[in-house]
Amino acid sequence: MTTFFTPLTVLVAAMFVVAPVLVVGAPYESSMGLVQKIFYFHFPSWMAMFAATAVCGVASARVLFMGRKDSDATALAAAELVVVFGLIGLITGPLWGRKAWGVWWSWDARGTSALVLWLVFVSYLLLRRFGGPGSERLSAAVGLFGMFNAPFVYWSVNLWRTLHPKTSVVPSLPVAMGVPLWFSTVAFLGLFMLLLAMRTQLERRRAELDSLHLALEDNHG
Amino acid sequence: MKLIPNVPTRVLLMAGVLLVILCAVAAPVAAEMQPPPSSAAQDGFVPIDQLQPKEQLPAAPLVMAAYSVAWLVIFGYVWSIWRRLSQVEQEITSVSKRVAGGPRR
Repeated sequence: MTTFFTPLTVLVAAMFVVAPVLVVGAPYESSMGLVQKIFYFHFPSWMAMFAATAVCGVASARVLFMGRKDSDATALAAAELVVVFGLIGLITGPLWGRKAWGVWWSWDARGTSALVLWLVFVSYLLLRRFGGPGSERLSAAVGLFGMFNAPFVYWSVNLWRTLHPKTSVVPSLPVAMGVPLWFSTVAFLGLFMLLLAMRTQLERRRAELDSLHLALEDNHG
Repeated sequence: MKLIPNVPTRVLLMAGVLLVILCAVAAPVAAEMQPPPSSAAQDGFVPIDQLQPKEQLPAAPLVMAAYSVAWLVIFGYVWSIWRRLSQVEQEITSVSKRVAGGPRR
């Protein structure tokens, strides 16, 4: 692992200890009350997911157009993190919506497009798991498609009439709500970097194991 | 006989027509300026304990569930990476020993 891993782990752990204190101290939103506190984990998990789609897309482009096989491990790790952080967003959203909107799920543009994006990356992982030889390049194309899909998910609330809060909500937050939100977001992005490093390391060790198996076959061949 | 002395009947007639027109124009405006219908009981009084129960979904369990799910997913994923990495490391150690053992005679 790289040298930044341990200091970043300590920093992220400290941030996740402080974040709940800031979230508790944030004022209640006037119309939603306590349930709006879900926002302070819901939004950062989506930001981490968007970061993961960007990393997966760029790494996939390097695999496809530059033949960089070393980027494949990063792309796979990032795709898995899209699914992990997306799962958090897809579960916390309905828990918030049940109280705020009165329904667990509404097929509005933001929720539906986010679900489709999440399914794109689930299909990436299924392709890697069951696609057989050559699935790296196919899944890289899926990863690239997923990256270009992500901005539509973010912008969907401004294009279509939805129940979901618009993108203008976050920039217009008062300081008392903005500080906990951005603090949590930075903590989630730090966590994303740590998990990405761990998962990429796993994939590189697997590649080493494959090389050892080949060497063993050569020796015994 | 005149209704008002020294005022011609024609003038009084015109004033009357103008008053009717003014009322006709002002009526919708006046109607719009009426206060909205009150929600206060007008047709009958109902004791508060006889009201239909409204949905009072508590927020705290939903907030706790959301935060718990986030941490469960993250810790579950970290545990999954750690488990897979341990398996791969064990296998690397085992295969390395076999590779170092040299070719089969």
